[in-house]
Amino acid sequence: MNTSYSWLVTALLRALAVILFVVTAVFFIIRIVPGDPAKMILGEYSTPEAIKSMHHTLGLDLPLWEQFVRFVKTLFTQGDTGNSIIAGTSTRELIAERAPVTLLLIVMACMMAIIIALLLATLAATHKDKLLDHLIRIFPTITLGMPIFWVGMLLILLFSVRLHWFPVGGVSEGWIGTLYSLTLPAITVAFSQIPTLVRSLRAQMLEILESDFVVTLRAAGLPSRVILFKHVLRNSALPTLMLLGVNISYLIGGTLVVEQVFGIKGIGSLLFTAISNRDFPVIQGIALYCAISVVIISLLIEMISWWLDPRTKGKQ
Amino acid sequence: MKRIRTEPQLHQDGRQPSIIHRIWNTPSLLVGSLMFVVLIVLAVFIPYISPYHPSEQNLSAFLQPPSAEHWLGTDQLGRDLFTRLIYAARTDLSIMVLAEVVPFCTGVFLGMLAGYYGKWVDTVITLLTDTFIAFPFYLIVIIVAFASGAGERGIYITFMLVGWIVFARVVRGLSASFREQEWVASAQTLGLPGVRIILRHLLPNVLPQAVVVLMTDMVGLLVAIVTLGYLGIGIAPPTPDWGTMISDGQSFITTAWWLSAVPGFAVVYTGIALSLVGDGLADIWRKK
Repeated sequence: MNTSYSWLVTALLRALAVILFVVTAVFFIIRIVPGDPAKMILGEYSTPEAIKSMHHTLGLDLPLWEQFVRFVKTLFTQGDTGNSIIAGTSTRELIAERAPVTLLLIVMACMMAIIIALLLATLAATHKDKLLDHLIRIFPTITLGMPIFWVGMLLILLFSVRLHWFPVGGVSEGWIGTLYSLTLPAITVAFSQIPTLVRSLRAQMLEILESDFVVTLRAAGLPSRVILFKHVLRNSALPTLMLLGVNISYLIGGTLVVEQVFGIKGIGSLLFTAISNRDFPVIQGIALYCAISVVIISLLIEMISWWLDPRTKGKQ
Repeated sequence: MKRIRTEPQLHQDGRQPSIIHRIWNTPSLLVGSLMFVVLIVLAVFIPYISPYHPSEQNLSAFLQPPSAEHWLGTDQLGRDLFTRLIYAARTDLSIMVLAEVVPFCTGVFLGMLAGYYGKWVDTVITLLTDTFIAFPFYLIVIIVAFASGAGERGIYITFMLVGWIVFARVVRGLSASFREQEWVASAQTLGLPGVRIILRHLLPNVLPQAVVVLMTDMVGLLVAIVTLGYLGIGIAPPTPDWGTMISDGQSFITTAWWLSAVPGFAVVYTGIALSLVGDGLADIWRKK
C-alpha cells in the first residue's frame, strides 16, 4: 500500500518540477533570443525615449530576478501573464474567450481518433497477414510525412469544394452548427494521430488475441464476436488512452495549425495574431497554458491507468 | 591475453550472411533508397533538366494546367511548377539534413550519459526532456522560430533546442539496458574510463537504433519545416520551399488545386522514402 502511494507522490512531484521548469523556460525564452522586445513592438526606427518607456511598461527595466518573481507571482495568483500589448485586456481573459472552441475541437478529434483507430486496428488484427492487414499496416508509412495543414486543405477540396458536404471554413452558430462545422477540422486533427494509434493498437490486440485467457475463452466455446468486443476491445481501451495521453502535446500543437487552415477563431488564431503583432504576454500565456495542460493531462492519464490496471500496482 | 567480447553476440550459428545479401533481402530498404536517390538526382541535376529558372515569372502564362511545356503547369506568376518543386527539394532536403546534425549528436550523447551513469545525471536529463515534451511540439517550434527570426537560422535554432529529445529518450533506454549486461561490466572491471566505455563500446551498440529513429525524425522535421513555411515563419519567399508553395496555392484551391496538392505530395513522397529506409534498416539490424 505504502509503495503504491509513494509512486503517486513521485509522479506529482515530477509534474510539479516540470511545471516549474516550463514556467522558467517560458520566462527566459524571450530573453535568450536576439532582439529587444520593445524594439520589436515599436519597430526598428523608434526613438530611444519610446523604447525606454516601453521597457518600463513591460517591466523590462527591473533587475532580471525581480522580473521573474513578478512573472511567477502574477501567474500563480491570477493565472495571468500580463496584459496584451495590442488588446490591452488581460491574457487570461483573451485565452478564456478563445479556449472553448479549441477544447471542443481537441475533444472531438480525440474521440474520432479513438473510434477510427480501434476500428482499423480490430480489422487488421482479426485479418492478420491478409490483404486488409497489409493495407492498414502501410497506412502509417504513407501518412507519416503528411503535413497536417495539407491534409486539411485536401479534405476541404474534396468534402467542401467538390461535394459541398461541409462549410469551407469558420464556425456556424448554435450547438448543432458548431459541431457540424468542426467535424472536418476534427477529422484532420484525428488523422495525424490515427497512424501511431493503429500501429501500437494492432500489436496490442494481437498480443491479447494470442494470450492464454482468450485461448481459454475460445476453447470454452464463446463466439469470437463476444470475445472481441467484450474482452479484447476492453483490454485495448486502456493502452489507447495512454498512447493518446503521450501524444496529447502533438495533438494540441496540430490543432493550433489546423485552426489556421479552417479559419477557426480559437487559441491557434490568437497565437498567430499575437505572433504577427509581437504581443509577448499573449504568446507566453498561450505557451504556458498549453504546456501546463499537457503536464496535467499526462499526469491524470498516468493516474487513471495506474488506478485501473491492477498489474501496475503490484509492480510499483 | 584473452580478448574480452565487448559486443553482444547475437548470431550464435556462426554463419553470418553477407551485408549485401541482407540488404538485397530487404525490399523496403531498396525501394526507399531508390525513391530517395531519384529525388536527390533530380535536385542535383535540375538546372540541366529544366529550361526554366525557379523564380522566372511569365505573366502571360499564369495558372496553366499541366502540359508538355510545363509538366505540372504554372503558378499564379507563371513560374514553372515542376522546376520550383525540385528547387524546393534542394532547399528543404538540405535544411532537413543539416538541421538534424546537432540534435542527433546531442541527443545520442546525452542519452548515453543518462543511461550509463544513471543517478542524478539521469534525473537531470530526464527532467529536461520531460519539460520540453510538455510543450506541444508545434507550439515551441512556432514560438522559437518566430523569436529567432524567420528563415533558415530560425529553423536551425529551433531544432537544436527541441530535436535532441527523441534521440535522448531512445538512447537512454537502450544504454540503461546495456549497462546491465556483462560486456559493460567486464569493460568496467578492466578499469576502462567511463568516457571510453561510452564512446568505444556503448556508441556502436546504440547507433543503429538511433539511426532508425533518425529516419522517422527527419520526416517529422521536414513536415515541421514545411509547416513553418506555410505559416510564413519559415523559409523566406523568393527561395522555393514546399510549405510556401502550398500556402501560395491555397487561394487557388477551387480553380488550380494542383498548385497546393503537388508540393504536398512531394513531402509525402519524401516521407515514404525515408520511413521505408528506416523500416529496412531496422529489419537488417534485427536480423543480425
